[in-house]
Amino acid sequence: MSTRNQRILLLVTGLVIGAIAVALVWFGNPKNMGFCIACFIRDIAGGIGLHRAEPVQYIRPEIIGMVLGTFLVAAGAKEFKVRGGSSPVLRFVLGFVMMVGALMFLGCPLRMILRLAGGDMNALFGLAGFVGGILVGIFFLNRGFTLKRTYTMPVLEGFALPAGVVALLLFLVAGASFLFFSVEGPGSMHAPVAIALVAGLVVGALAQRSRLCMAGGIRDVLLFKDPTLLLGFLGIFAAALVGNLALGYFNLGFADQPVAHTDGVWNFLGMVVVGFAAVLLGGCPLRQLVLAGEGNSDSVLTVLGMLVGAACCHNFKLASSAEGPTPNGKIAVIIGLVILVLVAVLNSELLKKKVGASSGKGAAQAE
Amino acid sequence: MAEVIDARGRSCPEPVLLTKKAVATKQDSYEVLVDSRTAMQNVTRFATSVGYKVDVTQQDDDYRLVLRAEG
Repeated sequence: MSTRNQRILLLVTGLVIGAIAVALVWFGNPKNMGFCIACFIRDIAGGIGLHRAEPVQYIRPEIIGMVLGTFLVAAGAKEFKVRGGSSPVLRFVLGFVMMVGALMFLGCPLRMILRLAGGDMNALFGLAGFVGGILVGIFFLNRGFTLKRTYTMPVLEGFALPAGVVALLLFLVAGASFLFFSVEGPGSMHAPVAIALVAGLVVGALAQRSRLCMAGGIRDVLLFKDPTLLLGFLGIFAAALVGNLALGYFNLGFADQPVAHTDGVWNFLGMVVVGFAAVLLGGCPLRQLVLAGEGNSDSVLTVLGMLVGAACCHNFKLASSAEGPTPNGKIAVIIGLVILVLVAVLNSELLKKKVGASSGKGAAQAE
Repeated sequence: MAEVIDARGRSCPEPVLLTKKAVATKQDSYEVLVDSRTAMQNVTRFATSVGYKVDVTQQDDDYRLVLRAEG
């Protein structure tokens, strides 16, 4: 595909996803949360009882649809490749930490754009933090950061996640009594199952074809001056902004924004964590979910890290609420940043160069 | 002999970064190995933007990109 066609596809993908997100609000999802990878994985963690935060428990069909949409389209395009083995446990940890940051801010990068498009100015602090985190990640990429390569895995490995989400869907449709469903709060607000599922299928399919990635959009502009991926980001914003204005959801300001708090410092720091982790992982939460559907078992581990991370965020009182961040959440974000720096430093060439320089030889080799 | 950049199995954007680092040495040609269509497209887009002509051949699950300086 030519660069021009890639860019058109990304812009169209962005526009469609932005429109779908606003439509899902109209059909019942919480405002500025028509689509959110972090929030919806968090809701699923609650829905299967991994945490007991009653307002945020639901089996979000959007996530199920995204995995299946990605899986089917990737299989059709012969892009379903079962690979893994690139530091899977570290990726689990990075996914966990990324969720801690997202639930400090209250949203993944996708929801950050949707919040901006809904007039939520708190998300500007999030955007600044996201860009900051990406810049820190780029610093380490330029110094040779890598989680090492993947290898081909048995095909069955790639079927585990799609099979798992099909099981979840069956439980949801059958109304399994062991699931948890919010009766009030964001988890109780949702579009009808069929609509949410189809929305997820479409988003997954388009994201798979276009390689949409929120972190990649900003990263590639800063790193390669390549605006291709950013077009998806801008498309989402444009369509969601128009949709929010048309349906009367747009509300410009800081106070009283839906499922958001006004603590600028922690909105910023939460998204620093998300941006930094996303660059180390090679993609934002949405992209991780798509890669997971394409057969990348490292990304499945990342998504599972996000799921467990979300459960711990509520069990350990790390997640923010409309009232603001929690003391535990602030400590967790700081610890998360320390973990990210450790992972980045220990997997880059920074230490190797220092060894070479201090010994007075081998510096040239390290170059 | 063209310098070979083996970026197989690397996550985004490492294949492009490795290519970027290599082309900074300004050779006339390079060979880049990747194992996903996304990486192939990303490296092609980058190499084209910095003035290389890219020929892609597929070998089993891998893509072999030959970059040649234009002009």
